[in-house]
Amino acid sequence: MAEVQEVKKEREALFSKKNRKLISDPLNDSNPITVQVLGICSALAITVKLYPALVMSLSVLFVLGVGNVVISLMRNLIPNRIRIIVQLVVVASLVILVDQVLKAFVYDVSKELSVFVGLIITNCIIMGRFEAFALGNTPWKSFLDGLGNAFGYAWILLAVAFFRELLGSGQLFGFQIIPEAWYMSNGGFYSNNGLMLLPPMALITVGIIIWVQRSRNTELIEEN
Amino acid sequence: MKLFKNILDSVKPHFEAGGKLEKYYPVYDGFATFLFTPGHTAHSGAHVRDAIDLKRTMVTVIFAMIPALLFGMWNAGNLHYSALGLAESMTFMDKFLWGAIKVVPMLIVSYGVGLGVEFIFCIIKGHQIQEGFLVSGMLIPLIMPIDLPLWMLAISVIFAVVIGKEVFGGTGMNILNPALTARAFAFFAYPTYMSGDKVWINTSTDAGQSVVDGFSGATVLGDYATGGEVQYSTMDMFLGFIPGSIGETSTLMVLVGAAILLYTGIGSWKIMFSGVIGALAMGLIFNTFAEYAISPEQQAFMAVPAWQQLIMGGFAFGIVFMATDPVSAAQTERGKWIYGFLVGFFAIAIRVFNPAYPEGIMLAILFMNVMAPLIDHYVVQANINKRKKRLATVKAA
Repeated sequence: MAEVQEVKKEREALFSKKNRKLISDPLNDSNPITVQVLGICSALAITVKLYPALVMSLSVLFVLGVGNVVISLMRNLIPNRIRIIVQLVVVASLVILVDQVLKAFVYDVSKELSVFVGLIITNCIIMGRFEAFALGNTPWKSFLDGLGNAFGYAWILLAVAFFRELLGSGQLFGFQIIPEAWYMSNGGFYSNNGLMLLPPMALITVGIIIWVQRSRNTELIEEN
Repeated sequence: MKLFKNILDSVKPHFEAGGKLEKYYPVYDGFATFLFTPGHTAHSGAHVRDAIDLKRTMVTVIFAMIPALLFGMWNAGNLHYSALGLAESMTFMDKFLWGAIKVVPMLIVSYGVGLGVEFIFCIIKGHQIQEGFLVSGMLIPLIMPIDLPLWMLAISVIFAVVIGKEVFGGTGMNILNPALTARAFAFFAYPTYMSGDKVWINTSTDAGQSVVDGFSGATVLGDYATGGEVQYSTMDMFLGFIPGSIGETSTLMVLVGAAILLYTGIGSWKIMFSGVIGALAMGLIFNTFAEYAISPEQQAFMAVPAWQQLIMGGFAFGIVFMATDPVSAAQTERGKWIYGFLVGFFAIAIRVFNPAYPEGIMLAILFMNVMAPLIDHYVVQANINKRKKRLATVKAA
């Protein structure tokens, strides 16, 4: 009897400190984009406006959250040699699902995101979490880890898109923020920054976020 | 000078360790060393010190740019009054002052904003203030169109100093030429204010004035790119009576600057010389193959005599003042030949082949800035290999 009780004590609470870290760490100190530098291509491509960036973030959230659970459930069944193929099948099925839903309900955004929805399959963050986490952890932990990483991805995407849409088109979520009367064509002094609409500026914006993050937390700076 | 010395001495205690403005010591140090040669000497060992330090180098480059600056002011006024049909009735001073009123605020904004950003970074990092921006601050207005709004200039300067320089560690660490970074930023961010045929000549009119009939504000290169008729003679292009960015129109004034840089040994003659050779080579290639051009406009552009390409647009200004930037150019002597040659080569290629970028020198220099470390690497490796081989033959003998 005593032994059984001890085993029961080891069961973790659903949101123990350790589990909470699974969500909070990827938001900052092990952020998939700014620290691990994964998933950069989609961060550059679809951050011109906030709305597509939000849809993209939600898609990745779904794929990563569900995918992590699925892989974690199968982790003891998958033969080690073909694990990458199994992971690909899982992620591809989920992405097709997302793609169909987007086409059915938000066709405009789906067209705007074009290949990048399909390219979630090759998004390094997802395969990375499958390999590094879901294959060795329980479904609940994997689910939290998936959510954490997807949120980490999402906030960088939205932060970059916020600056790019505001400075590049003067809008947020398609609403005009900068008064029309300010524009030079209407006799004002202001002009949108065309460079913000080009991918290089997304790279520089991500770079600035990395810069700020590293000067706040100097442990992230590699020695060389 | 006595006055400055007294002021500096009286405020010095506040800035030294323990003073209430200790944090701002870099600012004090920056001003003090700007005005006076520092009194401190090396503490240990034998150090050979040249009298010409970074500040004197920078000041020499600024002197070399002054002819282009002054001419640019006059030219801006001249073009403005010509557009209004008043060129005959205005005196030399009228034109010069009109240009000065437009250009001096740009200089003030460029220096004020750029030095402000540098000071902030030096205070945060506790570094000594470096003088790198003295030249960039002058160069930036000279390579902008006369009508660029000042706030756009300010944003370009901030971008150039922060992203072009400070992220890499400040003066001497930058990969790209800061002045060209500012121009490239403005060019891509605000294309309608940086290119086309509306921005090079100010055509604002007062009461009773009007723009003359048949006026065109296109640059020489713009005319060639769009197939328009070039309305300026070769002599105009050489002397600089043509529309363009403020300081770059006059090849003659740039040559005066080049003479100063070469005489004092500050600019690399290898880069300038090989740049001209590169441009001529590309020009001659185009001359030879002009008949294979894909459009009549391009054919006309390709048939332009190679030497004439040198005096159009900002080529001369870029190759003299910006390709020779000692930080972003190739460092090895043989590398300088390759670097300069390719700058000239690509400048003319971009200019002729890409109508979206009527002038190619900006992109050519930025591109070669990025390539410069690669060139240096291979030059150094080649030298190592050569000496290894020589060693092998010596050992064998």
